[in-house]
Amino acid sequence: MGTLILTSLEQGLIFSVLAMGVIMTYKILDMADLSVEGTFPLGAFVFAKFVIGGLSPLLATGLAFIFGSMAGLITALLFVKLKIRPLLSGILTMTMLYSFNLRLNGKANIPLFKYTSIYGEIQAIIILAFIIITIKLLIDAFLKTEVGYLLIATGDNESLVKSLGKNTNSYKILGLMLSNGLVAMSGALMAQYQGFVDITMGSSIIVIALASIIIGDTVRRNSNKIKLTTRAILGAVSYRLIGGFAIDLGLSPTDLKAVSAIIVIVFISYNNFSKPFLTTVKKKGGKSDARSKKYVEEF
Amino acid sequence: MLEVKNMWKSFNKGSEFQIEVFKNFNISFEGGISTAIVGPNGCGKSTLLNLISGSLPMDSGSIRLNGNEISSLPEEKRAIYLGRVHQNPSLGVSPNLTILENLALANKKGESFKLRKLVKKDNIPSFVELLKSLDLGLEDKLHTQVKFLSGGQRQSLSLLMATMKNPDLLLLDEHTAALDPKTSFVVMEKTKELLEKNQITTVMISHNINDALKYSQRIIMMDKGQIVLDKPSKDVSEKELLDIYTAKLVEKITA
Repeated sequence: MGTLILTSLEQGLIFSVLAMGVIMTYKILDMADLSVEGTFPLGAFVFAKFVIGGLSPLLATGLAFIFGSMAGLITALLFVKLKIRPLLSGILTMTMLYSFNLRLNGKANIPLFKYTSIYGEIQAIIILAFIIITIKLLIDAFLKTEVGYLLIATGDNESLVKSLGKNTNSYKILGLMLSNGLVAMSGALMAQYQGFVDITMGSSIIVIALASIIIGDTVRRNSNKIKLTTRAILGAVSYRLIGGFAIDLGLSPTDLKAVSAIIVIVFISYNNFSKPFLTTVKKKGGKSDARSKKYVEEF
Repeated sequence: MLEVKNMWKSFNKGSEFQIEVFKNFNISFEGGISTAIVGPNGCGKSTLLNLISGSLPMDSGSIRLNGNEISSLPEEKRAIYLGRVHQNPSLGVSPNLTILENLALANKKGESFKLRKLVKKDNIPSFVELLKSLDLGLEDKLHTQVKFLSGGQRQSLSLLMATMKNPDLLLLDEHTAALDPKTSFVVMEKTKELLEKNQITTVMISHNINDALKYSQRIIMMDKGQIVLDKPSKDVSEKELLDIYTAKLVEKITA
């Protein structure tokens, strides 16, 4: 049980990089980007390619980020320049990446046990915690910059960004590049953690990412004090722990995909349907209801 | 000073549903003057604003702002010189950001955005001053997300953001049409104060003839892409405008 929790925690941290990547598109730019299904294994295959070629695992992980953001650029150009719908653009990139990933090493499955990883001799969880906190702080700081706010505003209200004299397309491109870069990095972290890369490791990864984000959203849902990145990390770790317990209860790891989808369904429907219930409770003397009334009466 | 010359615009070009909105249309708006445009639906007033702001491309013609040709610039480049407040109060703000963050964004309009912190403490006092001028108590809600504000508050904030950097031309696109009469009155009064204080050249379109006359110095009535009346607002009565409206309506029904 102890190792199960530790493994779930470690995998949760790896998936939190994935989730932090996907919030850039799903939460901030408000678009569904399916290219992550291809960029997650892309990160893993790029990592394998360079580590086998003799590069340090740290550099190879960094290169995974760069390759991932290039794939994000392709998706962005497909819909920004060629006006293909975002959903289809993502699917097209994902499909191209499938072939590209297989080409990269010429194999669908590569063991990496012989090679060094960034986890080295220390407990993986310590290294992972350090990486995840660094990434989180970097994203948080970025979202507070002038460019970061334009990225948020692009997802929120494109006409405002245009009125500020800025082309929203540039920010969509930036968001997709960052997003897929992080997703690919998450793939590289996973590859060296599990000790092999496999062409199927990206399949339904978007569901895992969404499940994590949606679980993270339910944590004190109405508070805007909790940052998006914090929610993503909390969500990814909780998701993985739920999955770990499911296995512990006797479910086979192959059942986990169905479990993920069910988690997404349960949490989305919870978010959609519990609102009227909660407000009726609040009306019986809740503080927040009085506050929202004040806004209405203000005018 | 904005000059529109020889403007042509048609929709659904080449199909059997082709509509010619503007045929060799000319108009100019002098600096510091606020002009109201009224007219029935389909008269081309919204299209005119969209052509000026660049959200619609024109077929041919020229648009000069203070002597500079802007018709070849894309929408976001023109936006640097223009301010626009839309009918929908949510279009002028970023609903998920706070009042402070929205103002900080508007304050950077036309400048280059870098990897520097957006919200600077030094700017807050000037933002608070601006919000106080609205007299809506928004200065106490700097950290409230704009989506929690009422429509009138959001529209007043949009107005503030659109005029913050003193645009060469302000376009008001039926900006009180979505508000209730009382709120609409408050927003129109705020608009008037802001325009008088900053002497901004304004083009306002409105369906409310009363407001159009009251809050403008020049009034233009349009019909089928043509100017049917162009006078100083003080020389026009509401009845005169309504009579033209009715005459046009009768014309339409009998035709």
